Amino acid sequence: MGKITNQLKKGRILLSDGAWGTFLHEKGLQPGECPESWNLTRPNEVLGIARSYIDAGADMIETNSFGGSRFKLEKYGLADKAFEINKAAAAISRQAAGDKFVLGSLGPTGKILMMGDVTEEELYEAFREQCTGLEAGGADALMIETMSDLDEARLAIKAAKENTHCEVFCTMTFEKTVDGKFRSMMGVSPTDMVNELAPTGAELLGPNCGNGMANMIGIVKEIKQADPEIPVLVHANAGMPVYKDGNTIFPETPEEMARLVPDVLHAGANIVGGCCGTTPEHIRKMREAVDAEQKKNRPS
Amino acid sequence: MSELLKQIAECIEFGKINKAAPFPPQMKGQEGADELTRKALDEGISAQDILTYGMMAGMEKVGIKFRNNEIFVPQVLMSAKAMNTAMVHLKPYFLSGEVKQKGTFIIGTVEGDLHDIGKNLVSMMVEGNGWNLVDLGTDVKAEKFIAALKEHRGAYVGLSALLTTTMVNMEKITNAIREAVPDAKITIGGAPVNDEFCKKIGADKYSKDPQGLVEYLNAEVA
Repeated sequence: MGKITNQLKKGRILLSDGAWGTFLHEKGLQPGECPESWNLTRPNEVLGIARSYIDAGADMIETNSFGGSRFKLEKYGLADKAFEINKAAAAISRQAAGDKFVLGSLGPTGKILMMGDVTEEELYEAFREQCTGLEAGGADALMIETMSDLDEARLAIKAAKENTHCEVFCTMTFEKTVDGKFRSMMGVSPTDMVNELAPTGAELLGPNCGNGMANMIGIVKEIKQADPEIPVLVHANAGMPVYKDGNTIFPETPEEMARLVPDVLHAGANIVGGCCGTTPEHIRKMREAVDAEQKKNRPS
Repeated sequence: MSELLKQIAECIEFGKINKAAPFPPQMKGQEGADELTRKALDEGISAQDILTYGMMAGMEKVGIKFRNNEIFVPQVLMSAKAMNTAMVHLKPYFLSGEVKQKGTFIIGTVEGDLHDIGKNLVSMMVEGNGWNLVDLGTDVKAEKFIAALKEHRGAYVGLSALLTTTMVNMEKITNAIREAVPDAKITIGGAPVNDEFCKKIGADKYSKDPQGLVEYLNAEVA
């Protein structure tokens, strides 16, 4: 199977998966319930999600571990189970993935370093615990994602590099400012991300979540301008959620998202996939778009 | 206005906590919100004037710059720290009633949602604009909001949510508050919500940034 980045070096475009959180809620996860606890209590439901993305044609799937750091788990009294929960998350996705790749997901801890919420050592230790759990369960790569703060991202990357043999990827979430620039919640630009995180050894960078596929084009262009060599992954939301009859709906259809995939790839993305609100159907349509694009690149 | 009050406003605006604080670099070695507030009180400037012309003036600039994306969360948090150190000196005057606050604002992240960064940003900006703040924390049920409203008659309420899945609870909580306290003023905010949603659930005000909320609250009591 080898490494994801080796495949990218050969010029392949790869397809990632879609949403997990919104999918879990569809399967009955209640607001206020710990999503990651399902890895232990309802593994078959989680496995079902993982399989549905493999069936949709994804080359890689994530794990149900976005909020799997001890700082998030402690709100549910599960901090001491962090390693076990992450290991289970990766094992479930591994089981579904077969010869496809597993990206162990790590999200932000919700703690802000500069406010003195936590020390760097505590953050590093929490990420170390999560990374080693994910590797033990069979993750091929670690997907540090939805970051907004460079220091937290840097610590997560360091913990992943120093304690596992996994490939280490990182995405940050950018929004468009009033004057049309892209910035994370903490004010980080895509260029800052590249300049600060590429030297830490992250093997792939990119944007995730956000306001939909269209914005991703400009963000990818900025990343490529800052570093033409760095591989780029995009995990896009299905637009901004709208509220309808007591439910929140993500408005971008599978067709709409798939239609923008060529533009995102031309901007320089190597891996595309979905974030909040995307479904197996979105991934299926994106598979078609990716295949069509690969065919064009190799007409023989 | 006294030079001292102007300096306090600048400390709040740029997040200068005290003399020892290294941030912001351009104010290194200068006295911060901590020392200057103490000095102002010692010079006989009223606590009310320090709040109005020092802290509120500084915090308004923070709110406007944040809305315009000229500054981001880290700078706001530093301003919050500077404000909190100044507040310590003013607290006795709040308690004695010498400083009049504009009203009370009750805030919480709604049931099922544990995110607190947005809520905390709003809290500090509202407090820095002269409001008494009651922070109910995260994962707050309707009953808790109602109990706080009954304790603080005439207070305004702020509901916060980050998750799309907890927007539903905003509606539930808004309805429950309406039933228990019909004339309550309910404001909402958070990444997934918007004006349309606000109207749909019958809340009184949505703001996409903290400054918009502060302006709404101030206009209500003006």
